[in-house]
Amino acid sequence: MQEIFGLIKEKAEKLFADGSVNRVLGWKKGETEYDRIPSVFESAEELEEFVYDGFCAANLSKYLIRESREDGKIAVLLKPCDSYSFNQLVKEHRIKRDNIYAIGIDCDGKLDIDKIKAAGVKAIQSIEENGSEVIVHTLYGDKKFNRQDVLLERCLCCKGKDHVSGDEFILAQNRVDTTVKDRFEDVRKLEAMTPDERFEFWRSELSKCIRCNACRNVCPACNCIKCVFDNEDSGVAAKANVDTFEENMFHIIRAFHVAGRCTDCGECSRVCPQHIPLHLLNRKFIKDIDELYGEFKAGADTETKGPLTDYRTGDAEPSLISDRGGSN
Amino acid sequence: MPVKTTENGEFKPLIVAFCCNWCSYAGADLAGTSRLSYPADVKIIRVPCSCRVNPLFILRAFQRGADGVIICGCHPGDCHYTTGNYYARRRMTLLFSMLDYLGIERKRTRVEWVSAAEGVRFSEVMNDFAKHITELGENKKLEDLRCKKSLD
Ligand code: SF4
Ligand code: SF4
Ligand code: FES
Repeated sequence: MQEIFGLIKEKAEKLFADGSVNRVLGWKKGETEYDRIPSVFESAEELEEFVYDGFCAANLSKYLIRESREDGKIAVLLKPCDSYSFNQLVKEHRIKRDNIYAIGIDCDGKLDIDKIKAAGVKAIQSIEENGSEVIVHTLYGDKKFNRQDVLLERCLCCKGKDHVSGDEFILAQNRVDTTVKDRFEDVRKLEAMTPDERFEFWRSELSKCIRCNACRNVCPACNCIKCVFDNEDSGVAAKANVDTFEENMFHIIRAFHVAGRCTDCGECSRVCPQHIPLHLLNRKFIKDIDELYGEFKAGADTETKGPLTDYRTGDAEPSLISDRGGSN
Repeated sequence: MPVKTTENGEFKPLIVAFCCNWCSYAGADLAGTSRLSYPADVKIIRVPCSCRVNPLFILRAFQRGADGVIICGCHPGDCHYTTGNYYARRRMTLLFSMLDYLGIERKRTRVEWVSAAEGVRFSEVMNDFAKHITELGENKKLEDLRCKKSLD
């Protein structure tokens, strides 16, 4: 991606020089070697801090809700998966398309630092990406990884490396396909369990939740100005000490509120400090929608009606669920 | 906590029924004026249309001690607002499927279409639903201990 990084930076400098934009939305280095923070650059000089590498996983489209309302045009960098969220936000009239110059950039999969750390890597000095290899330099020597083995889960189920929106594209010469897994595979496994097993599975996952709200805050589909979970009178604004209901409720409602709009961008699972597999909830809705109402990809375009704002007179009845049989 | 046992100690479920104003609520009325019986533990909440029922309402009902939640609306095609129940139908199907996915009993929730003329059907539906919920027993998987305490 080094080659691409240069091209993107050049492009951004040019956009500043000819005055076509007054801001660029990209990533800059954070505190650690693998921390990349979404950032607004306001001049060519500020671009010195700009980075684009395997850790720039953050989806920038949500920031446009605020940024596109400011004066002047802003350029935004969109990975292929981000371009779906971007479309979805345009469709929902949440961002001002006219104030944005969208640059689609190539992606060869983003790295999962937890997978690297799980291999026993400590005291990271720097991380080098070299084609299909990732070399981690640490105080105790180097450790080499096969890039595919340390990718984020979402990149293994990538929707494809083609953008669905953008004004211009900067693509690598050798484009890599990282998709190796069917994204519904794990949902099917859960569906095959008994209700009690599923209940236990979700209890053990959801009870880890600390209600930091990171999953909600990062989600481009979660974009209400006033969220139900911020209503202090509701008694759901924070994690309850000794209760399972609140956990179930938060997760059911979070996932439900983005049903039909979630682009499966994978940000929620990526940011969860407790490693709760939130994508398994989102993908359940996606799978059900596909099966019941016809295949639907949120964000694939900016016009099609979402499955929950649409209907057919011959839709399945809700009794379909209880008729699935079984003891309860 | 509402009394959940009969005098001889049998479990009596608490059921919340969201009924649309234009059909099912009138259906319940008709059941009443026709002297048809349905369990007294069915608590009816009147909503303007079945599509007014937010998934949060259903979870809230369970939180506050319901053992079963049923949503009743006009028959598809007969909604007072033309299409409300079509949207409700999709939402509820997806919500019920999600509850099942979380391992919560699939028979605790139900949607039925009951018109204003179907007093008999209203009482039948409620009796049948109450029967199923009685068999399932108390809602444990979606209970809220905090509410239990304050209601007791
Ligand atoms: S990010 Fe994880 S821990 Fe935080 S609220 Fe979401 S699920 Fe809970
Ligand atoms: S729910 Fe998760 S995967 Fe879906 S759009 Fe939001 S952050 Fe992305
Ligand atoms: S008014 Fe009865 S379902 Fe809409």
